[in-house]
Amino acid sequence: MNIHEYQAKALLRQFGVPVPEGRVVHSDAHAAAAAEEIGGDRWVLKAQIHAGGRGKAGGVKVVDSIEQVQIAADELIGTHLVTPQTGPAGRLVQRVLVEQAQNITQEYYLGLVVNRDAQRITLIASSEGGMEIEEVARKTPQKVIRETIDPAVGLLDFQCRKVAARIGCVGKPMNALVRLMKGFYRCFRDKDCLMAEINPLALVNGTELMALDAKMSFDGNALYRHPEIADLRDFEEEDPREVEASGHGLNYIALSGNVGCIVNGAGLAMATMDAITLHGGQPANFLDVGGGASPEKIANAFRIVLEDSQVKAILLNIFAGINRCDWVAEGIVQAIRDQHIQVPVVVRLAGTNVEAGRRILAESGLNYIEAQNLDDGAAKAVQALQGAEA
Amino acid sequence: MSILVNRDSKVLIQGITGQHATFHAQEAMKIGTQIVAGVTPGKGGRTHLGLPVFHTVEQAVEATGAEVSGIFVPPAFAADAIMEAIDAGIRVIVVIADGVPVQDMMRVKRYLIGRDSIIIGPNTAGIITPEACKVGIMPAHIYRPGPVGVVSRSGTLNYEAVEQMNALGLGQSTALSIGGDPINGCDFITILKAFEEDPQTEAVLLIGEIGGAQEVEAAAWAKDHLSKPLVAYIAGVSAPPGRRMGHAGAIVSGEADTAKAKMARMQALGAQVVENPAEIGATLRAVLP
Repeated sequence: MNIHEYQAKALLRQFGVPVPEGRVVHSDAHAAAAAEEIGGDRWVLKAQIHAGGRGKAGGVKVVDSIEQVQIAADELIGTHLVTPQTGPAGRLVQRVLVEQAQNITQEYYLGLVVNRDAQRITLIASSEGGMEIEEVARKTPQKVIRETIDPAVGLLDFQCRKVAARIGCVGKPMNALVRLMKGFYRCFRDKDCLMAEINPLALVNGTELMALDAKMSFDGNALYRHPEIADLRDFEEEDPREVEASGHGLNYIALSGNVGCIVNGAGLAMATMDAITLHGGQPANFLDVGGGASPEKIANAFRIVLEDSQVKAILLNIFAGINRCDWVAEGIVQAIRDQHIQVPVVVRLAGTNVEAGRRILAESGLNYIEAQNLDDGAAKAVQALQGAEA
Repeated sequence: MSILVNRDSKVLIQGITGQHATFHAQEAMKIGTQIVAGVTPGKGGRTHLGLPVFHTVEQAVEATGAEVSGIFVPPAFAADAIMEAIDAGIRVIVVIADGVPVQDMMRVKRYLIGRDSIIIGPNTAGIITPEACKVGIMPAHIYRPGPVGVVSRSGTLNYEAVEQMNALGLGQSTALSIGGDPINGCDFITILKAFEEDPQTEAVLLIGEIGGAQEVEAAAWAKDHLSKPLVAYIAGVSAPPGRRMGHAGAIVSGEADTAKAKMARMQALGAQVVENPAEIGATLRAVLP
């Protein structure tokens, strides 16, 4: 789960990481008032959307009068900001963060990540702040410093000093950087983050360290123990169909093809998409109905897949272990009857209660195409597609 | 023969009084799995499915000599249950829970250092030695004894491969899934080592996914150490970058994470890579004598 920059900064502040004085506003008038309240003579306005790449896309503006604050806020709020991460439709900007502009001496990069290869949290730092760390790693890999953290003892002072020295943050700010890193790590650990970035981490006026931008994502599986983090979720930043699907216990991801997929298990769902691709088709979605799928859940899956108007055929592929083919078949019958499904439906059932499932479908008198196995299912779905287009 | 579990394995079930645990324990007993005890804190002293229930794993091990545990507790309690099993000296720990926080698994893996337990999962369908022992939730009736060792991340893709093998008359020595999470209890290499040492296993099927370096590392290990043919399939050729495909660990975060890149590297390391998931069975048939 991702959060906005202003939320991440508020969280980091709680853990002792200094951030600029700022306010979140929803209108240009409030932006001007916020700038006056914060004080100073130069301000930064930052569009609050989850996608990165805002700066180059015009989502960050630096101004030096209250009038300009209002004009800049008016320009940002209500526009669809298009960045390399948003897709061509962009994201609607509904909030702007107004902050005092800082006098930057030096920019660093600081990140924490769950490192699956090390099976630990790794601290990543660089003297090259303000750039994407992937780019730094590509161009100057020696400038990306990594320090892996033992969960039994946490991030230690000496590790922080090592990192500080290696990114050249020595002298007076070094102790502040050690404290900042430790607060950053505590936040990451205590709130069950998966990824967090402070970029840039700025040395301001030659003396003070400050997180000028922050990005955080959290482990969805741990949200049950962090209700305060769960509350930060912004559903408007997510695909509405994916949100709806998760409400029904379905894992759905929209793709760009035209063969709708309804499958149980993430692995089989991916393999089904792959088989469709190998037969010359393109999957319209990833959808895992999970275990213990009731007829209602299957019917909901059909509805969500068909909300995508690109879908011209559906392949349902269920290999029931803890699922039951008879329940799945009832769901298919329900869906085809109640939803007046017009596109061809290819059904491959296997595993628990498969005979009962096939019987229910056969006796329903409904129109569907039976497949014997994965390959047959993918081939028939792509064939049905060509029939539908003809 | 088999790996990790067989008809003599004494199995306990943590969280046995739960609905799912009860159902799957019964299913496992139907194929001869020797379940000897259950553990549910607070319910010790009772009998469930005709089995003694204990408050703690330590008590259960002391009383029954159990050496394998199937953990059926909810994700929030899984890490503690795993470490309890490690502490009690359980040899093979199977964790069914889907949704264990990743930092919990990080602590479990730290705790495991210097101890000998093998953790299968979390987010696994479990492990089965056909017609002998099952600790998990897979449909036992599709698995038949035979020469192929099967290890996957995904549960349902394990079933899919096994059905293709059945159609060709190929059985399994042992089949298991290590789970779809970013931090697995054990890696592919641990399982390949066990298959190498098992005389019944004549070929190994490895079913991986996008994300992480484990599959390629396993192929690199196999190149030097596995004397048996390795057939591999990697799911997710059609998965877009940056999106988690159901499994928490199935995400393309960089070029090396893609299915294509993994398959190419594994092929170069000598694995027999299957591009079409429908051809897993036929490929295995071809590599076996």
